[in-house]
Amino acid sequence: MSLLDIKNLHASVNGVEILKGINLTINPGEVHSIMGPNGSGKSTLAGVLARRESYEITQGQVTFNGKDLLEMKPEEAACEGLFLAFQYPVEIPGISNAYFLRTALNAIRKYRGEEELDAMDFLPLLREKMRLLEMDDKFLNRPVNEGFSGGEKKRNEIVQMAVLEPMLAVLDETDSGLDIDALKVVANGVNSMRSTERSFLVVTHYQRLLNYIVPDYVHVLVNGRIVKSGGPELALELEEKGYSWTEAEPAGARR
Amino acid sequence: MITATQAPEHYLGAFDQFNHRAATQLGWLKSLRQEGFARFAENGFPTTHDEDWRFTNVAPISSREFRPASPASIETDQLRSFGASGFECQLVFVNGKFSRELSQIESLPPEVRICGLAEELGTNAGQVREHLGQYLNFRRDPFAALNTAFLEDGAYVYVPRGTVLAQPVYVLFITVPSADAIMEHPRNLIVVEENSQATIVEDYVSLGGSTAPSFSNTATELVAGENAVVSHYMIVRQGDSSFNVSTLRIQQARTSNVATHSLLLSGALVRNNVHPVLAGEGAECLINGLFMANGRQHMDNYMLVEHVSPHCNSRQFYNGILSGHGHGVFHGRIIVHKDAQKTDAKQTNRNLLLSDDAQIDTKPQLEIYADDVKCTHGATIGQVEENALFYLRSRGLDESAAKHLLLLAFANECLDRMNSVQVREHLERLVMEWLPESASHSGEKPAEIERAWEEVG
Repeated sequence: MSLLDIKNLHASVNGVEILKGINLTINPGEVHSIMGPNGSGKSTLAGVLARRESYEITQGQVTFNGKDLLEMKPEEAACEGLFLAFQYPVEIPGISNAYFLRTALNAIRKYRGEEELDAMDFLPLLREKMRLLEMDDKFLNRPVNEGFSGGEKKRNEIVQMAVLEPMLAVLDETDSGLDIDALKVVANGVNSMRSTERSFLVVTHYQRLLNYIVPDYVHVLVNGRIVKSGGPELALELEEKGYSWTEAEPAGARR
Repeated sequence: MITATQAPEHYLGAFDQFNHRAATQLGWLKSLRQEGFARFAENGFPTTHDEDWRFTNVAPISSREFRPASPASIETDQLRSFGASGFECQLVFVNGKFSRELSQIESLPPEVRICGLAEELGTNAGQVREHLGQYLNFRRDPFAALNTAFLEDGAYVYVPRGTVLAQPVYVLFITVPSADAIMEHPRNLIVVEENSQATIVEDYVSLGGSTAPSFSNTATELVAGENAVVSHYMIVRQGDSSFNVSTLRIQQARTSNVATHSLLLSGALVRNNVHPVLAGEGAECLINGLFMANGRQHMDNYMLVEHVSPHCNSRQFYNGILSGHGHGVFHGRIIVHKDAQKTDAKQTNRNLLLSDDAQIDTKPQLEIYADDVKCTHGATIGQVEENALFYLRSRGLDESAAKHLLLLAFANECLDRMNSVQVREHLERLVMEWLPESASHSGEKPAEIERAWEEVG
C-alpha cells in the first residue's frame, strides 16, 4: 500500500487556484523531490499536506497511510506520522526548545496510546538528536528559534523531525539560505533517518540539496501541475537548462 | 475638625471611630492620619474626568459603604491553601492586622527588623517616623490619602547597611470576607539601607466562601539606599468581589537597583500604581508586570516613573492577557526632570486580546524637561498569532494545548525577568493555575489584527 496518494488535487488561496490537479504517489521508504520555479505551488502543496487552514481544497483526494488526510486537523496529521519542516520556522519566545519538543512528543505518544516521557527520559534522547545535527547543548534551553540564525533554525527543524520520527517528512525548502557546511549537516541528518518504512518529500528550488539527499524520484512542478517526472538525473537537467523548457510539455505525471 | 467634604459620609464616621480606638496614639502619627483624611475629604474619590483615572470608573468602590474590617482569625491549615508555605520568612496579616501566631520569622541578622508596623511603632517609633509618610504623595492621590488616614498596621522591613537578606520576605495579606462590605488599608514600609540587599513579596489573597465585597487599599513605601539592591513582588489574587487598589512608592538613592514585579490574577477591580523616583545618580529600576483579566475583571496599571538625577535607567515591561469581558489598562507615564540628563527610559506594553469583548486601553505619557535623554515607548495589541499556532499544531499539539503553550510563552516573557528562583517558580505555578483554560476560538478565519507603534523621543 502506498503511504501517500494524491489524486487530482486542486487548492485555492483567497479564490485563486494555486494547485491545478496534482497526482503523486509515494511508497514507504521512497524519497521524492518536488522542484519548481518560484510561485509554482511547491509551498502550497507542503502546506496542504500539513493541513494549514488557509487553503481551500476545491477538488481531489489525499490518502495518507490509508486515511483521508484532508479530513485531518494539523495535529491529527502530525500524530498520524506526517512532519513538515518549515521554510520559515516560527520563533516562540518564552518557551524553551526542550520543553516545546517534549510537549510535542508527548502529545504524539498520547495519541498513539504510548506512555508519556518525563524530562529525565527525554533529555538524553534530545541531546543525541542534537549531536546528530551538530547543535550545541545551549540550544536546549534557548527559546524556540528565537535569535537563531537561518541555518540554526533549519537544523532545529531537522532535530524536531529526528525526535518525532514521522513516517513522512515534508521538507519545504530546507536548503534555502544554508551554506555548504550547514547543508551537509542537514542532509546528513536526513540521510541518517532514511529507512524502508520512512518516506520523504523534499521540496526545493535548487538541485544543490539533491547532491546530498539523493532522491528516488524527481517531479517538476510548474504553474500548479506536475509537468515532468523522472529519476535523479532530471534534477541535473533542470539545473543545466532552467525551468523554461519544461513548461512547453505538460504531462499528467505519475511516478 | 473637618468641614467641607467630598468624602462619602460614612467615611467620616469610620474615621472618627478609628481615630479614637487606633492602637498607636503617637502625636505625629495622629496628625499624619488627620492630614491624610483632610486630603481625602478635600478631593473625594476620583472620577473618569480625572486624567489619571480616565479608563477606570471607581463607582463600584465609592458607591459602597465599606466598614473597617473586624479582626478575624484563621487556622494554620487554611494558610496552606495559598501555596506559599515553602517560604521560611513569612509575615501573615489577617484583615490588615499582623498575626504573630501565623507568621514565621527565622533568626535574622543583627539589627534587621521584620515585623508588623503597629508592633514596631509601639517599641521603636523613631526609626519608622524617619520614613513613614515621607514619600507617598497623598496630596495628589485620594486612595493614598485614605490609606494614610486609616494607617495602623502593615509589614515593616528594615535592613541596615551592608546586610544581605538571603531569604525572600513573604508577606501574605488575607482578607476574610464577612456579611458586610469590609475595607482594609495595609501600610507597608520597607527600608533597605546602603549596600544591602533584600527581596520582598506582597501577596493579596482572600478566603473563599463569601460573595460580600471587600476593598483592600494598600500602600507601600520602599526606600532603597545607596547601592542597595531590592526586588519587590506584588501578587493580587483575591476573590471575584474584591477591589484592590495598591500604590508602590519607591525612593531610590544613588546607584541603587530596584526591580518591581507585579502579577495581577484576579479581582473585580484592580488598580496597580507603581511610582519609582530615581532620585540619586546612576539608579536603575525595572518595572515588570503581567496582568490577566477575564470574566468582567478590570485591571488598571498606572506607572509613574520619575527621573530626577542624571544617568538613571528605567525599564518598563508589562504584558496583558485579556479574555472574556476583561478590561485592561496600561498607563505609562515617564517624567524626566530638567537635571536628569543622560536618562535612559524604555517602556513596552504588549497585550493579547483573546475574545471580541475583551478590551485594553494603553497610553504612554512622556514629559521630558531635560535635553539629553533617550526615551522610547511602544505598545502592541494582538491576538494569538495564527502562524505560531499552526507551527505548534503541526508538531502534534491540539488547538487548546497549543494556545495554552503560547499564552504561557507570553507570560514567561515577564516571569523570565524575575531573579529569585524560589519566587519565580512560585509565580509560575500561579500563572499556570490562572491562565485562561482554553482561549475562546471563533472557528472563523481569524483576522490578524496587530497594531504596533514605536516612537523615539
